[in-house]
Amino acid sequence: MSEKPLGCARPVGGPVGGTGTTKEKKNEPNEEINMVEVKVGQKAPDFESPAYHKGEFKNVKLSDYLGKWVVLCFYPGDFTFV
Amino acid sequence: MAASVDSRFVHKIWQEEELSKMVDGGVPFAMLSDGAGSVGKVYGVYDEAAGVDIRGRFLIDPDGVVQAMEVMTPPVGRNVKELIRQVEAFQLVRKSKDTEACPAGWEPGKPTLKPGPNLVGKVWKEWKPE
Repeated sequence: MSEKPLGCARPVGGPVGGTGTTKEKKNEPNEEINMVEVKVGQKAPDFESPAYHKGEFKNVKLSDYLGKWVVLCFYPGDFTFV
Repeated sequence: MAASVDSRFVHKIWQEEELSKMVDGGVPFAMLSDGAGSVGKVYGVYDEAAGVDIRGRFLIDPDGVVQAMEVMTPPVGRNVKELIRQVEAFQLVRKSKDTEACPAGWEPGKPTLKPGPNLVGKVWKEWKPE
């Protein structure tokens, strides 16, 4: 993925295709309609996220990994010990 | 790939200062910076009160379909061996085009089940619980 120069600003990622919460949609009563529920046997919601990989800053998009097995692992924070 | 709310700068230093001392060459996968937990929210693993992504693990097949998931609170760690067992089992099932199934406790090399009319009531012959 290409990397837009941001200077010192912290890049943010998020779901692809208008799911989840966005600035415009926030606090609207129909917000929950945009929430995706992740279930086994269903498509994993696509997203794009800034990442550090093999010494480089880049963007990672889940749908770029179609054709491969992917393990997506969330954890509370770097330098944690469990 | 791994994701936390930490910035990429923190990922870099963690990789260089600590992970590279545990894994030769550092971890080979991408470390995602999930600022504001915007991806974690969609996957149901963002803890609003603590402002972090909790331990959630999703196994996604080559069609982009979630085949397995495991979500845990922070104090208990995961079991990588169990994850690898699941990956191998799902890969076997996919390769067999769903003609084979991996029963409870299956491990690579152990017999699989071939679901169908002939197996009904005969699982006891093919597989013994541990």
